[in-house]
Amino acid sequence: MMAMRFLKRSVAAGRQPVTRSIAAALLLILPIAGCSGPQSALSPRGVEAFSIGPLFWTATWVGLVVTLIVVVLVAVALYGPERWRTWLGQDWIIIGGGIVFPVTVLSGLLVYGLLIMQAGAMRSAQVGLESITIRGKLWWWEVVYTTPEGEEIPSANELRLPVDRPVRLLLESDNVIHSFWAPQLGGKLDMIPGRTNELVVEATEAGVSRGQCAEYCGGAHALMSFFVVAMPQDEYDAWLASKAEGARAPATAEQERGQRLFLENGCGACHQVRGTEARGLIGPDLTHVGSRLSLAAAALPNDTKALMRWITDGQHIKPENRMPPFRQFSGGELSALAAYLSGLE
Amino acid sequence: MAVDRELPNSLPRPEGELEALERAWALPKGFRLITAVNNQAIGIIYIGVALLFFILAGILGLIIRTQLAVPGNNLVGQDFYNQLFTMHGTTMMFLFAVPVVEALGVLLLPQMLAARDLPFPRLSAFAMWAYVVGGLVFFSTILYDLAPKGGWFMYPPLTLSEFSPGNNADFWLLGIGFIEISAIAGAIEIIVGTLRTRPPGMTLARMPIFAWAMLIFAAMIMIAFPAVILATMMLEIERAFGWPFFSAGKGGDPLLWQHLFWFFGHPEVYIIFLPAAGLVSMIVPAMAQHRLVGYRLIVVALIATGFFSFGLWVHHMFTTGIPSLSLGFFSAASMAVAIPSGIQVFSWIATIAAGRKPFRITSASLFVLGFLFIFTVGGLTGVMVALVPVDFQVHDTYFVVAHFHYVLIGGMVFPLFATLYYWIPMISRNMLSERLGRWVFWLMFIGFNLAFFPMHIAGLLGMPRRVWTYPGDLGWNSYNMASTVGAYILAAGVALFVIDLFRRFRPTMSGGVENPWSAGTLEWLPSDAYATRSIPFVTSREPLWDQPSLAREVNEGRHFLPGAPTGGRETIVTSAVDALPQYVIRMPGPGWSPLIASLGMAGFFLLLTVKLVVPALISGVVFIVAVLVWAWSLDHDANVPAVDIGAGIRLPVYMAGPVSHSWWAMTVLILVASSLYLAYVFSYFYLWVVSPDVWPPEGSPALPHIFWPGIIGLLILGGTVLLLFARRILPAPGSTSRAFPFVVALAMACFLVALTGEIWGHWASGLRPADNAYATMVYMACFLNLQVITGCVFLAGFTIARYFTGKLDKERRVNFESTALLTYYAAAQFLLGLVIIHVFPRVAI
Repeated sequence: MMAMRFLKRSVAAGRQPVTRSIAAALLLILPIAGCSGPQSALSPRGVEAFSIGPLFWTATWVGLVVTLIVVVLVAVALYGPERWRTWLGQDWIIIGGGIVFPVTVLSGLLVYGLLIMQAGAMRSAQVGLESITIRGKLWWWEVVYTTPEGEEIPSANELRLPVDRPVRLLLESDNVIHSFWAPQLGGKLDMIPGRTNELVVEATEAGVSRGQCAEYCGGAHALMSFFVVAMPQDEYDAWLASKAEGARAPATAEQERGQRLFLENGCGACHQVRGTEARGLIGPDLTHVGSRLSLAAAALPNDTKALMRWITDGQHIKPENRMPPFRQFSGGELSALAAYLSGLE
Repeated sequence: MAVDRELPNSLPRPEGELEALERAWALPKGFRLITAVNNQAIGIIYIGVALLFFILAGILGLIIRTQLAVPGNNLVGQDFYNQLFTMHGTTMMFLFAVPVVEALGVLLLPQMLAARDLPFPRLSAFAMWAYVVGGLVFFSTILYDLAPKGGWFMYPPLTLSEFSPGNNADFWLLGIGFIEISAIAGAIEIIVGTLRTRPPGMTLARMPIFAWAMLIFAAMIMIAFPAVILATMMLEIERAFGWPFFSAGKGGDPLLWQHLFWFFGHPEVYIIFLPAAGLVSMIVPAMAQHRLVGYRLIVVALIATGFFSFGLWVHHMFTTGIPSLSLGFFSAASMAVAIPSGIQVFSWIATIAAGRKPFRITSASLFVLGFLFIFTVGGLTGVMVALVPVDFQVHDTYFVVAHFHYVLIGGMVFPLFATLYYWIPMISRNMLSERLGRWVFWLMFIGFNLAFFPMHIAGLLGMPRRVWTYPGDLGWNSYNMASTVGAYILAAGVALFVIDLFRRFRPTMSGGVENPWSAGTLEWLPSDAYATRSIPFVTSREPLWDQPSLAREVNEGRHFLPGAPTGGRETIVTSAVDALPQYVIRMPGPGWSPLIASLGMAGFFLLLTVKLVVPALISGVVFIVAVLVWAWSLDHDANVPAVDIGAGIRLPVYMAGPVSHSWWAMTVLILVASSLYLAYVFSYFYLWVVSPDVWPPEGSPALPHIFWPGIIGLLILGGTVLLLFARRILPAPGSTSRAFPFVVALAMACFLVALTGEIWGHWASGLRPADNAYATMVYMACFLNLQVITGCVFLAGFTIARYFTGKLDKERRVNFESTALLTYYAAAQFLLGLVIIHVFPRVAI
């Protein structure tokens, strides 16, 4: 619910940077129906994404003007008056148009680009930032927070971060190469086995946006997404403290039955629910799965119906995912399981 | 114009001269047509098959677009989709773009250079058939659900056997492996062809731009392809035997693949684009009826593009987390490469403007103009992605998909269609329909832009590449639908073209439509299966414009080599820079051996992929036998008197030493081998630098005592000295030299013993190739030496056999020279390897 509220608020009252008006102007020319959308690089909500905007639009404008120049020159060369054609049909146009002009424009763009890149590199070099480890899995994201006390809190498929405070993301993989990309926060960075890549991001406003794996990682690459939830600092602190705790005990008889089924059917071999005997580390940590915005790396919404479908029919929803289908449950058992998992907030 | 100036040969021509020429160059009849080696015949089949792959890969593209038309579509499943886009990219790049360009080279270059054929006709035939057979088998894997699905870039670890079990990835590696071999064979042909078979008087500065472009294209293949050949070998070895080149856990690095792949992959884009640009530089002057403005600048631009293109591979890796200093360097290089393209665009504009009459708007011109627009847009989005921060956002999104389709379809497919409209009259009795051509162009142009422009926006809105489905609430739906509609319009244009092709294209060897565009270059001379009746003496860049009587003179046989003086196929070999006539090369005619050799090679690789070892070995033997049969007929008798080609010039018909075409071809092959080895040296030091431990890693056995590589090095030097000695004791024609075969054999024995000793030394120390990346690289050096030395041994055996059959002596020594050249190279590579493996780890701290 909170997420939906964020989503609405942010769409209604998103920041209006200067680039937006340029973007709006461009709308008249380019058939862009809208730049928004929860995964759009054109509606930034992070310092890194904002810094790229003006560079992108500058380059776009340069490209547009150059294309127009070329089109006009070709038109003149084809149909222009004799005098203009003679004027155009000489060596100097190659020197001027093919060498001097591009060297000037490209040098300008290059310097601009390098300045932006350098600024980004400086921000990444800041020391003492809070860090969050994100590991690319087949095909989901393991997200590990560290509490101020130094305790590691595993979670999955969702990145929560405080607003207006840079956070260092440590990007890793122990399988194939993935690429972490949350367009509204900033650019992407690959997760490569044997390395830890560091990406500093800073959300500029509270709200929910979406990200997706950008490096082809085989199988269900298309269904490896996540949500980013930026929260005011105090909310974030409270959230992290609550997630540091173990799983909530079942509150109803049905949830209790669900927990029993969960433990008896071997779910704990792959999944961890902290505070119970389920300590598997292969699949996503489910200690607080009920409070997440999505299931199966944003392949499904998070509700009891989706949970039931996922347990029985996951291979159809997300082919090749590593969780085998569990078809042994009766309808009642299934809803008990779903109730238990939904209750793990 | 000097109409009555002195021509090399006088009229009337002797009786039977033309008939002899016709006899020598006649095409085989009926089903034996597949044994033809004439460049026109090979070229037409080659282009036809490449277009077939274009259509097949295009159909895969249409399936992709249909699947993505609406969100959450279930037309094709995830696994099949992953095969689809892998095969679409692989087929377009490896089975369409590069081969079609080589095919155009095979078809057009000899005509533009007025050579009777390329210098190695059977090599062309072999390259073409290897490509046809291998390509078709490789492509058919998509029908059996066996197609590779790791993307056309095949990044490990995804493509290692742990994450890609099954044969799918092996099909890619082996299938592509020998298509690369075919590309290299073509490149050798093109380099020697452009440099050595130009007509007398066509200095480098008078060479048609397309020939320049093909020369640079071939040189780039020579440098770029070996990197990916090495990478595919390493990946296949890791998949099959577990040598850890790319596994981080054992000291390998997945990024090594990316470096090697993109060191090939980026130049690849220009390998495709440069010849297309060269073709445009031929079409524009013809349509403008004005010489190309800025010829020299264009040549410089082509060379600069080739040069820069090797300095920007890392821009495919901006998001892998490499340091910002190298990002800056590669960003700058990526932008710099836009400048040569700018030079060319403005030169074409200037040429269009300079024509005295307005630029003729034909179907070919329309495609050129469409190319200018699309390529400019693609170039400019290229500048955008060269800006590192912008790339952080758009890398691996549909923005990039849009960008490279603008560059590749704009930069290559549109010029290709212009080329087809423009040059088909040269080889067909009919021209294509100009009326339908308008329709084809506008359908393709509108369809293309509608298909690919919206992808820029979809990418900016966050749509990543290589996704088989997407949710409907991210704002991507309408752009995807537009792209799909556009793709079908584009396909309709191509389909219309194909229909017209079937209706109108009637291939012929005996000259097509006579110079329909009033062009100025030699391919529009009247010709037949023997090419032109005589080989023109060239005095300018556009000989047909500057010497209006040239076509008649050439056709009357008044220029050089108007007949077939040795009774076989011949053409004139000229010097590389000034095109002074040097000798007459005798070339082989039709034969089964190239076809059978290519079948054998294809069978060997493909059967090996499905692990049918015995049939694979049989195929391998077939390949070797066919190659031996083929090679046996190549080195002609040296004892033939010189022939008169006209103007009182008498040329020898046998040539050995550094002037001969075989010496040049071997040199090019050695350059290819050294590119491959340099890629290995790069990989060795790369893995050394990224390895967190010392090199060799802790726990590795000590290197053999330095004494050991010392002895091995001496053996190598000894073998080399023996070969130098063998050169001196070559028998005079007609006599024998008993020591010669023994000395050659002993030299080979030195190399084999040295190689065995090197391998044994490491093995005895306890080092095993699968231990870690260090051990892997040590044994890889041995493997690369084994490859080259095997080649040397085969050549040496061949040389010895030639000696015993009396076909080798001091004069007729080309076979020996080829053996010696390759062996000297093998020695150099071996010694460098010894230093790298045995000395560097000892001296490094």
